[in-house]
Amino acid sequence: MKRLIVVAVLGLCLASGPLFAQGKASEPIKIGAIFAVTGPASFLGAPEQKTVEMFVDKVNKEGGVLGRKLEIVLKDSAADPAKAGSFAKQLIEEDKVLAIIGPSTSGETMQIKALCEENKVPLISCAAAEVIVNPVAKYVFKTPQKDSQAVTWIFNTMKDKGISKIAVVSSNDGFGKAGTEQLVNLAKDSGIEILANEVYDKQATDLTDVLTKVKGTAGVQAVVNWSIVPAQSIVAKNMKQIGLNVPLFQSHGFGNVKYAQQAGAAAEGTLFPAGRLLVVGELPDNHPQKALLASYKKDYESRFKEDVSTFGGHAYDALLVVVEGLKKAGSPDRDKVRDAIENIKGLVGTAGIFNFSPEDHTGLALDAFEMLTVKNGKFVIYKK
Amino acid sequence: MEEGNLALQYLLSGVTKGSIYAIVAIGFNLIYSATGVLNFAQGEFVMLGGMIAYTLWQFLPLPVAVAASVVLVALIGCALEILFFRKLRRHSILHMIIITMGLSIVIQEAALHVWDEKVRSLPYFTGNEISSVHLFGAAISPQVIWVLGTAVVSVVFLHGFLRYTLQGRAMRACSSNPEAAALAGINISNMRTLSFGLSAALGGLAGCVISPITMTHYEMGAPLAIKGFAAAILGGFGNPMAAVVGGLFVGIVEAFSVSKMPAAYSDVVAFAILLLVLFVRPHGLFGEPTAESLREF
Repeated sequence: MKRLIVVAVLGLCLASGPLFAQGKASEPIKIGAIFAVTGPASFLGAPEQKTVEMFVDKVNKEGGVLGRKLEIVLKDSAADPAKAGSFAKQLIEEDKVLAIIGPSTSGETMQIKALCEENKVPLISCAAAEVIVNPVAKYVFKTPQKDSQAVTWIFNTMKDKGISKIAVVSSNDGFGKAGTEQLVNLAKDSGIEILANEVYDKQATDLTDVLTKVKGTAGVQAVVNWSIVPAQSIVAKNMKQIGLNVPLFQSHGFGNVKYAQQAGAAAEGTLFPAGRLLVVGELPDNHPQKALLASYKKDYESRFKEDVSTFGGHAYDALLVVVEGLKKAGSPDRDKVRDAIENIKGLVGTAGIFNFSPEDHTGLALDAFEMLTVKNGKFVIYKK
Repeated sequence: MEEGNLALQYLLSGVTKGSIYAIVAIGFNLIYSATGVLNFAQGEFVMLGGMIAYTLWQFLPLPVAVAASVVLVALIGCALEILFFRKLRRHSILHMIIITMGLSIVIQEAALHVWDEKVRSLPYFTGNEISSVHLFGAAISPQVIWVLGTAVVSVVFLHGFLRYTLQGRAMRACSSNPEAAALAGINISNMRTLSFGLSAALGGLAGCVISPITMTHYEMGAPLAIKGFAAAILGGFGNPMAAVVGGLFVGIVEAFSVSKMPAAYSDVVAFAILLLVLFVRPHGLFGEPTAESLREF
């Protein structure tokens, strides 16, 4: 009997817990975050988590938003869409967050897009796939630039250099597939012919066989590699080692100077589109993004002792968008914040300047990218 | 590019991959031969070799870092055997195999916590990322020669060890008849520990020498273990040389399959050929169809 009473009392305490956690004016505003901190996409999720931690500390030190502190409820999905789905449910129903930032990958985002839309919870994704915002869902936004914009930059640069016949090699994951699709779709209109199109295993340790096939294809003037680490560095090295000496274009997944360092001398001259965060030192002082980028880079690198990457920047932008929406809405109401976000114009972020609208939930135009290249192991702006 | 040169380039590419698989397969072969256990944590020894060497290289010259890493990984291998296998009173092989799978996961997670998720690599032993050695119109990185050389040296060393030293002969005795070996005064447990340590050392060395090519990160062990295991089976257990042949075979088949079919199918082709060979010769290309292959399961 005594046992029963103890259990009943404990049960009541647990059940009443949530009653005490809501809505008081001095309570922190909860924002959910789903990042792939560990696992195969950790190069995305780990900097994203660190960036958000740093951002929130800064905001709270300056007094929070609307007089209340921000609290991030972080979930590590390890890039598993199923986990992302259950975490999203948890964040929406149990933690009752205002909005969710992340997930880190497109696969996970697509898993929770419908859920967030149904539950009318703003979702600001840090993943890049076109399908996240096309078709537009009222509550779903994303902060990275579009794959198609990256491809457009690559093709424009190729045209400048007089390159019209290329080979494409890509990894067999979602990112590689999405990029290849864009490359194939946009090639004809850009006057580019794809002579060879090969897919390799993303965990491959050596790609000399695929590149030998490219080398054996007559007329190839450049190679485009669409993958993430480590294949990016392996392709660069293997190309030089087997004597395939044509320009190498990488995707915007190359956005961390460490990848250039890992490929060492083989990375020299690699061309890729990326946000200006990576070359903030070269921007003129009156560039609208310079101040923000410089301070983000300084804070991140001194706190975490590692190089900044554009990936962490996407999380910065996502949280920035939520904070801005919150400020404009004036209250932590999901619908009001959503409306405020959709009307954001001219918001300076790390990836570019955001201008959202009911049709455009990415907010970034083609000029959010810059074409970069590697010189002496550092990223510099590519000058024609 | 001329046809002949292209074929040679594919061959060299196959040799590159193949030597990586071979060097992992040797470790599998050794532990299986000595103890009957299929050590699915073999890939983790390779990963640890590369990671530890990278950390040591930050403040030691490269050769010293590599040597120290090999010793440390060997000690880890011995420690694992003592902690997890000696304590088992029932030495069921199936239990031990499953334990190695669990160990593989635990070691991966531990590595993630110690070294985080970033990819690292040791510097090239000779030359750098763009050096290449030209052979009759085809080219490879000098590091591939290092990998092949290491595989050959490992095989020669193992062969000499198993045939000509007392410890080696004792290990072979344990593998062919544990009861008789015990009756002859050989300490079975110590032999098992020694085989784990040696296999871990070889795995660690492999991890160091392939690091510039494949790059080292906490998850690299599992896919290498699968390919290495396939190579070991293909070659046939019981002979370290067979593991090298198995590895080279798998690598070369993969490389040539890319020349004819989309690269996406290279794994399919490699495993299909593996299955075909095993249908015809179930004990592998060089394995002995003796009582050795009738391990209790």
